[in-house]
Amino acid sequence: MIHPIPSGTRDVLPDETREVRAITDILRGVFERHGYGEVYTPALEYESVLARADMAEAKPAYRVFDESGQVLVLRSDMTVPIARVVATRYASSEPPLRFCYFAHCYRGVRPQRGQPRELLQAGIELIGAPAPQGTVEALTVLCHALDATGLKDYRIGLGDASLFPALMASLRVPEEIRAGLLEQLVLRDFVGLERALAESGLSDDAAELLLEVPQRRGGPEVLTDTPAQAQEAVTGLRRVHELLEPAVAERVIFDLGLVRNIGYYTGAVFDVYDPALGAPIGGGGRYDELVGRFGRSLPAVGFALGVDRLHIALAGEERGTGALLAGTAHGLPT
Amino acid sequence: MTPINGLTIAVPRGALFDGTVDLLASLGLDTQELRANDRKLLFEDIGVITMRPTDVPTYVEAGAADLGVTGKDVLLEQAAQRSAEGGRDVYELLDLGFGRCTMVLASKAGPDPAHEALRRLGVMRVATKYPRIAARHLEETGRQAEIVEVKGSVELAPLTGLVEAIVDLTATGTTLRENNLVVREEIVVCTARLIANPVAHKLKAAAIDELLARLRELPATARGRGAPDPV
Repeated sequence: MIHPIPSGTRDVLPDETREVRAITDILRGVFERHGYGEVYTPALEYESVLARADMAEAKPAYRVFDESGQVLVLRSDMTVPIARVVATRYASSEPPLRFCYFAHCYRGVRPQRGQPRELLQAGIELIGAPAPQGTVEALTVLCHALDATGLKDYRIGLGDASLFPALMASLRVPEEIRAGLLEQLVLRDFVGLERALAESGLSDDAAELLLEVPQRRGGPEVLTDTPAQAQEAVTGLRRVHELLEPAVAERVIFDLGLVRNIGYYTGAVFDVYDPALGAPIGGGGRYDELVGRFGRSLPAVGFALGVDRLHIALAGEERGTGALLAGTAHGLPT
Repeated sequence: MTPINGLTIAVPRGALFDGTVDLLASLGLDTQELRANDRKLLFEDIGVITMRPTDVPTYVEAGAADLGVTGKDVLLEQAAQRSAEGGRDVYELLDLGFGRCTMVLASKAGPDPAHEALRRLGVMRVATKYPRIAARHLEETGRQAEIVEVKGSVELAPLTGLVEAIVDLTATGTTLRENNLVVREEIVVCTARLIANPVAHKLKAAAIDELLARLRELPATARGRGAPDPV
């Protein structure tokens, strides 16, 4: 007899649970040592409350009516609920505030893609610490946590969500086509971006900059000789880089094309990559306006790791196999 | 012989195969065995894996290959219905220019049976191997349609009365003409595209950018680049 469970969900049995628990215990220890207290929030929230955040792609996918007809949603991340907690439960506390969480979040899936409907996230939120120091602290905690799990080959891709919009503004790109250009970048479609720029009527120099700058990624040299129009965001990244301890700085890949499809990110954004996995293990960034939408204006930064992805990457590194590890054996130029 | 810059490349068997292999050869890869042996799938010494074009985005998205070559038709079909949902999680890096085809809406010659069906029955039936591209095009042009997904010989469907129209890819239009079908609308021009895994794009940035620079420098004919496409 078959009693199915929804695609994108699964039962976790003792062997796997033990391994996952070992990982989360390590992460929790590091988060607590850095002063991040663990919180739980309800998996169900009022839709009208979460809707205050601009979630874009990560909008809650599951809605139910409660007994009085109110619409409840299953949370799709922990950042928005914690912003709510800060504005309501810590309305007059002295910042900065530090929280960590280990929580299941719920996302819509596309069929046949192996996407999780329910995913366990581990993360921190640092509220009331502006850039660059707050960003530096978040990146430091991230690296300490990953180091503690034993993950070896990971890198952090670091960019700034405001860079491309600022570049468009200073190049006087007409307002009405900015969203379309940004969307090509979010879709990772450089061919589409090139086409859209060719049709935009912008000067060749401006179009070339808008196509070329977001493809710049690599070491700190990426931050030198950047065009004047991107200076503000690049200066912000350089400040972060200067303040990082060497072991963390070595992990960073600067990526001037890194953008987010979640609307609330405002400044620095980052992704965690490991050659054992074809997709990012986690990511985060600054969301300086989100907490303000719930009534207490505080700059903030945080990250979330997909615990299952981290588990797969650790297992892949252990076996010396994994998605992209094969390539590194060929003496890859970096 | 070693892979190009240590990169693994997913190469599509079928219509795009020759163009892709020519491209790899012009980059200096030894493609002799790749051309000679059409049963072998994995050419580890040159970093090439071969597969159906529709599987290329799957392998590249998962990181089983760093780069891949596939048709824009495949990428469009596997993209989400609405752009905000994002498509396959791969970078689309370069229009390689070859494998140029057009996605068209076609129906039997003479008075358009699709037009007649829409007017009298309120819905047109459309057979296709590209249900999402077809559905999106008809939605965008404000027509109600019943999409019938078929796996082969789409031309048969309107001739037997299964549907009033088809959406299919055509290069020369010969097959359509032979089956007494005429193109009613051109939906989109499709060419071969170079795609990249999003993690490889960051971790192997120098290797990928060097390859891209060499591809961009190839003479237009080697890349088969024609006039700019409207996509």
